[in-house]
Amino acid sequence: MFVSTILILLSVLLILFIKTFNENLLFYRSPSQIQDGKIPDGFIFRVGGVVVDKSIVRYKNSTKIDFLITDFKEELKITYTGILPDLFREGQGVVMRGKITADGIFEAEEVLAKHDETYMPPELTDSLQINESELERTSKSIK
Amino acid sequence: MIAYIGYFLILLALLNISLLVVSKPLLYKNSDAYNNLVLSTSKLQFPIILLSFICLITSFVLDDFSLKYISSNSNSALPFYYKISATWAGHEGSMLLWCLILSLWMFLASVYSKSLDPSFRTIFLSIMGFLNIGFLAFLVFTSNPFERNVSIPIDGKDLNPLLQDFGLIIHPPMLYMGYVGLSVVFAFALTCCIKCDFKKEWAKWIRPWALMSWAFLTMGIALGSWWAYYELGWGGWWFWDPVENASFMPWLVTTALIHSLIICEQKSMFKNWTIILAIFAFALSILGTFLVRSGILISVHSFANDPARGAFILMFLVVILGLSFFLYFRNSSKMNDSFSFNLISKESFFLMNNILLITATFTILLGTIYPLILDLLGLEKISVGTPYYNAVFLPIMTPLVLLAGFIPIYAFFRHDNNSNLIKYFFLNMFLVLIFSLMSIYFTSNFNLFVFIGYLIFFWISFNLIFFVYKRYSDSKSLYFIRNNIGMLLAHLGLAIFVLGSTIVENNKIEKETIVKLGDTVEIKNYNFTFSGLREFEGPNYKSVRGEFLVKKNGLEETVLFPEKRLYFSSEMPMTEAGISPGFTRDLYITLGNMISDNSWSVRIYHKPLIRLIWLGAILMAIGAVLSIIFRKKAQSPYKATN
Repeated sequence: MFVSTILILLSVLLILFIKTFNENLLFYRSPSQIQDGKIPDGFIFRVGGVVVDKSIVRYKNSTKIDFLITDFKEELKITYTGILPDLFREGQGVVMRGKITADGIFEAEEVLAKHDETYMPPELTDSLQINESELERTSKSIK
Repeated sequence: MIAYIGYFLILLALLNISLLVVSKPLLYKNSDAYNNLVLSTSKLQFPIILLSFICLITSFVLDDFSLKYISSNSNSALPFYYKISATWAGHEGSMLLWCLILSLWMFLASVYSKSLDPSFRTIFLSIMGFLNIGFLAFLVFTSNPFERNVSIPIDGKDLNPLLQDFGLIIHPPMLYMGYVGLSVVFAFALTCCIKCDFKKEWAKWIRPWALMSWAFLTMGIALGSWWAYYELGWGGWWFWDPVENASFMPWLVTTALIHSLIICEQKSMFKNWTIILAIFAFALSILGTFLVRSGILISVHSFANDPARGAFILMFLVVILGLSFFLYFRNSSKMNDSFSFNLISKESFFLMNNILLITATFTILLGTIYPLILDLLGLEKISVGTPYYNAVFLPIMTPLVLLAGFIPIYAFFRHDNNSNLIKYFFLNMFLVLIFSLMSIYFTSNFNLFVFIGYLIFFWISFNLIFFVYKRYSDSKSLYFIRNNIGMLLAHLGLAIFVLGSTIVENNKIEKETIVKLGDTVEIKNYNFTFSGLREFEGPNYKSVRGEFLVKKNGLEETVLFPEKRLYFSSEMPMTEAGISPGFTRDLYITLGNMISDNSWSVRIYHKPLIRLIWLGAILMAIGAVLSIIFRKKAQSPYKATN
């Protein structure tokens, strides 16, 4: 009796736990994957890429900013309002958390760029690996 | 030259400790000689590695850029004190620090283990020796800090500006003392497995070591949190970053361990369980090292990504865990352990404490390594963030902290069926409720989490007061405080921590805005006026410094100076927060981005009671240390081991 109560209780907890776990996962997509796959409305996920040269548009007297990121196959327009990390700049690898709006723009809630100029987010290095040579070319052109 | 000596000393240390293995077959007939050999090698290890470490520090101070490690972590313009702390700021140097601390613990273990049975002591020290061999081999073969540059650079690349900070000078040594201290507990538990026994006197012997490691871990984690708070510029104190989790998991398991050891010692129960906890605590601290050093995680802590290092540590971990579990499952059934107790008893409450702590550890472990495993399998790239931890961790912790308030007074009810006691208890509960309601009424709008935070705080602290009062009125003396001071302080620290963390997380005010020179931003009853902006040069950076005049209710309160720095050597921009610390609140400003010449985007935070988080942690650590100092001096506990 006692043991079975505990078992039932444990399995209920386990189900609740798995549910919470699944609900709080954040998936990562690259710009090309966004073009290919369908992403449900309001789905919060992470996207990463390199900030495209000369694509940054700042708004006057506001912290709003628009820019493009690329994985060297597809580009994606990002819009963000808020304070950017110190190392946000053209040619830098960045990762954003947010959602896609109806017009295909990614609305970022958070922008991450790591505190190391040679840093590349791990998700990015993979999705960019095929285009490594291109990456080298761009980073040279930036320098 | 100095570097050569340093390297030679590391090799010497490896050779010295390898004597343990080599001489075992040679001296198998003469166990006394072998015991003495083990003892002397264990003691010798520490001075050798210490000298080598001093060599590395000296090379740093003398700017010896012919060493790869120094040229990539230091710079001639770096201030003197950061040159010293840079010794352990990178991977190789911090591994040398790790080995140094391991040998220090081994030294202490060999000095303070005279009371243990000689054969037990030899096995115990040999296991410590094997761990030494493992980590020294790791140092020599994959992470040699004395490796030479092919061509000598004129100047070094500089230390990462984030790490040029006081917090970094003490955070790693503290954390490592904790991590590595667990090796003593681990070696001890394995020896018990080999000896097929775990006497209660032994539990008494090992508990101070577990407490000491726990105190260091607590301080190490708290320092890391404090550093992240003022240095990263986000104003947060805990990010559920995998690297933080890596240090938090051993802490949780060690917390379970120091509690289960009490039952081991007092009731001679939970022996098997305690041994498993000891193994897990150390395994998790190696797992932490693996996660941080292998480069599969990206953070301030991970340096060069070298797969060989990850592979080595992973293999080391597998070997250690494999051997431990082999020994454990072979011998644990022979151990004389009892696991039968009443459903409502001190033991069962301690068991609940342990189960909750272990469950919490597993939820964190899952959140930390599940994304890594999915990624390694190439299935999906995911991350697990704060919402998951809040949703899972807090419900597990709530009953745990309630237990922390109840267990101390539980003993009264068992020994005493006096109805007055029940009356006092209900009066106490009533007071807890009244105080919580009053606090929330006077300090903030109703918020369920803050209310629960108050309830927990008063529940724990009033029960502790109840405990002191009852013990005093029973014995009419305060001598009992001596034996309980550790528990009292640590539990009070926990209560203070819970109060601080719930209030700061629920009542903090964060504002992101754009300010022009002369603008005033209002937060609560504070006015922040952007009153100045000037440029200046530091020793190895130039800086733009803002000046914010803070007024509270119209009266001048303080001036804050947030900075944006650019370090010369790495061209890396850095944000330095302007903080006005206070017991009741912190005011916190960081400069964001320059919008135009005289206007900047800024973050302004008001963080109520955030200092309580670290105060709580400090109390816990002090509690642990005091309970080592004042542990019950029962009739010479060590003699009984023979």
